[in-house]
Amino acid sequence: MTFLEYAPAPESTAILDLKSEYGLFINGEFVPGNGESFTTISPATEQKITTISCASEADVDAAVAAARRAYEKTWSKLSGTDRGKYLFRIARLVQERARELAVAETLDNGKPIKESRDVDVPLVAAWFFYYAGWADKLDHAGMGPNPRSLGVAAQVIPWNFPLLMLAWKIAPALAAGNTVVLKPAETTSLTAMLFAEILQQADLPAGVVNIVTGAGPTGSALVNHPDVNKVAFTGSTAVGRSIARSTAGTGKKLTLELGGKGANIVFDDAPIDQAIEGIVNGIFFNQGQVCCAGSRLLVQESIHDEVVDRLKARLSTLRVGDPLDKNTDIGAINSASQLGRMRELSDIGEQEGATRWSPDSNLPQQGFWFPPTIFTNVSTSHRIARDEIFGPVLSVLTFRTPAEAIAKANNTPYGLSAGIWSDKGSRVLAVADKLRAGVIWANTFNKFDPASPFGGYKESGYGREGGRHGLGAYLAPASSGTAEKSVVSALMSKTPLGGSK
Amino acid sequence: MSAARLGVPKTYKLYIGGKFVRSESGRVYEVPTKKGGPLLNTVNAAKGSRKDARDAVTAARGAVSGWAGTSGYNRGQVLYRIAEVLDGRRAQFADEIAASEGVSAAAATAQVDEAIDLWVWYAGWADKYVQVAGNANPVSGPYFNLSTPEPTGVVAVIAPQGAGSLLGFVRAVAPVLVSGNTVVVIGNERAPLAALSLGEVLATSDVPAGVVNILSGSPAEIAPWLASHADVNALDLLGAEHLDWVDLQITAAETLKRVLPPETGPDAGAPSIDRITFFTETKTVWHTKGLI
Repeated sequence: MTFLEYAPAPESTAILDLKSEYGLFINGEFVPGNGESFTTISPATEQKITTISCASEADVDAAVAAARRAYEKTWSKLSGTDRGKYLFRIARLVQERARELAVAETLDNGKPIKESRDVDVPLVAAWFFYYAGWADKLDHAGMGPNPRSLGVAAQVIPWNFPLLMLAWKIAPALAAGNTVVLKPAETTSLTAMLFAEILQQADLPAGVVNIVTGAGPTGSALVNHPDVNKVAFTGSTAVGRSIARSTAGTGKKLTLELGGKGANIVFDDAPIDQAIEGIVNGIFFNQGQVCCAGSRLLVQESIHDEVVDRLKARLSTLRVGDPLDKNTDIGAINSASQLGRMRELSDIGEQEGATRWSPDSNLPQQGFWFPPTIFTNVSTSHRIARDEIFGPVLSVLTFRTPAEAIAKANNTPYGLSAGIWSDKGSRVLAVADKLRAGVIWANTFNKFDPASPFGGYKESGYGREGGRHGLGAYLAPASSGTAEKSVVSALMSKTPLGGSK
Repeated sequence: MSAARLGVPKTYKLYIGGKFVRSESGRVYEVPTKKGGPLLNTVNAAKGSRKDARDAVTAARGAVSGWAGTSGYNRGQVLYRIAEVLDGRRAQFADEIAASEGVSAAAATAQVDEAIDLWVWYAGWADKYVQVAGNANPVSGPYFNLSTPEPTGVVAVIAPQGAGSLLGFVRAVAPVLVSGNTVVVIGNERAPLAALSLGEVLATSDVPAGVVNILSGSPAEIAPWLASHADVNALDLLGAEHLDWVDLQITAAETLKRVLPPETGPDAGAPSIDRITFFTETKTVWHTKGLI
């Protein structure tokens, strides 16, 4: 028996009291959907968890109508203080039911319980707590006095952090005075349903938050609904593009948080022990199914061999397996289709000449699993250095000078995240200035906080979530009539210049 | 007795990469002017083409790192310098505006003055907008966490097409420059002269070559090439209300450009810090603090 062979330490699922079927959450009630219900499974076992309703276009219509009514009749008339108090209630209820939410999240998503318990759910509570306090302080949000809410917000979220992404979307929207129709990802609707129960417990007015479950067509019906004022989407760049197209010219305010191919830059003076842990956290946290993952390791040539050797040693100690086991480091991949993409791109990586390495591991027979993987001898032109794999796959590249590191890091259409590892503060600051990415972690990685804005440059999307900036996605300035009247503004008519001379 | 002096009319050319160039297409178009004024009754302006637009984007991209890399204090001085140089040439611009817009000399002068003052106003923002739009974030952990806005990159602008050809142009272009973006701008199609002459002011105001690139011609013809260009980061449709601007926005979605929709009426493009910050990206940097 090696030091790694612990006895199983599974978190009990007895804390869950799941229904055999969940409806849509519209106007404060669970109602059956008119689409074809579907099963949600545990990706670790492929066992059925429960049945989820599918919202048809008519259901989406009903949800938007409920949100509109709640906006007009209730939420927009409530004081900021009272909106805030509802959000504080929600934060407290999330804290009270934290263990239950963590178990449900791990069961449905496949992520290790230590992550859902110690990262996802605490951040969910923190997000509501943070934005609760903003609700009656919007004059300080940076948009001038008396900023306006937008109306009904349509929000579509991904499966990698189901409850956390829900919190990122709903908390600022409600604080700013909007009402919400949210669509969780098809494979991870469970915790959104539990969250709906929390809203009932909090006595949130009916219709302020509506949750419609379903797949792509449901999401498309939601973001394209004519009575929606705001669209917020987190997910793939391809879908983000299509939403940017379909909302063009509609006046809907749009924020997009899309893909990434984050560079994690390790200089030769980096604190190596911390850097190794940071590299592992950067790409193997949540099985690498993280839009801001540090999926490209840029390591200074002089320490390449040492870093790779130590990474391999560290990866050999990671425990892959039952996500509910408290000792598990790497859980299950969320779905068969995601697993297929990881396999395909990794195979391409080998075909293109990169060297593939994974630690010896016995992956479970049932469920969706992918071993932590490192590719060395990677060139910038390789698919595995360019495409978002969205899995536990690290591509290692090298550099000699800071300028080369910066050029390689920025050589991507994405611009979401980057990491810098160096003991030299002046170098960290200078490199951070040059990186074209929205979130940069210096001597750390994958840190999140409700006070800290998050979002991308370039094709990683636009708008920010978190912090004071995150409120801006859900507010508009008081009115446009406040600009100083210009001397010649009367001349600047709506029509083009006439033909008269 | 000498006859009245024969004037020397100017050839109105594009301004790309710091140079005054004819359209590579060899095309010009007639710009109507008021009879009896200081300009010829009909003036030709270069009619920009797709290739000119692409050349302009190349020049703009090449100028980004230099312009974005200057300090806000320095950019502010350069923008203020534009106001100084424009102030010294008020009469020329008033003539061009009066001739091409058909307005009185007084109205034309008022427009030039307002345009000058607008450069001064935006110049002052260059070393301040970061303080207003940025934030120190109190995260729950041992980290120094700072959010700062940075320029988006290359911004394509469709200048207002109505009356107020110089002021509309400055309202569109000045705020984009404040943070360090570079610009490719399609001027007022019917009244392009003031904007083309503004290129001369920019060229003599320490604005680096390529930072502002001015195209005259048909916005309907040129704009789609800018909207689809992968090396353009953002699109300001301020003056695009009479174009198929929704199509332009749809085209821009392919590379997820940031897009500002058209504005109409006298307040279109009115001075605002929002026009500065829209063309910026917020970068948040987490710095680890040691545990002592």
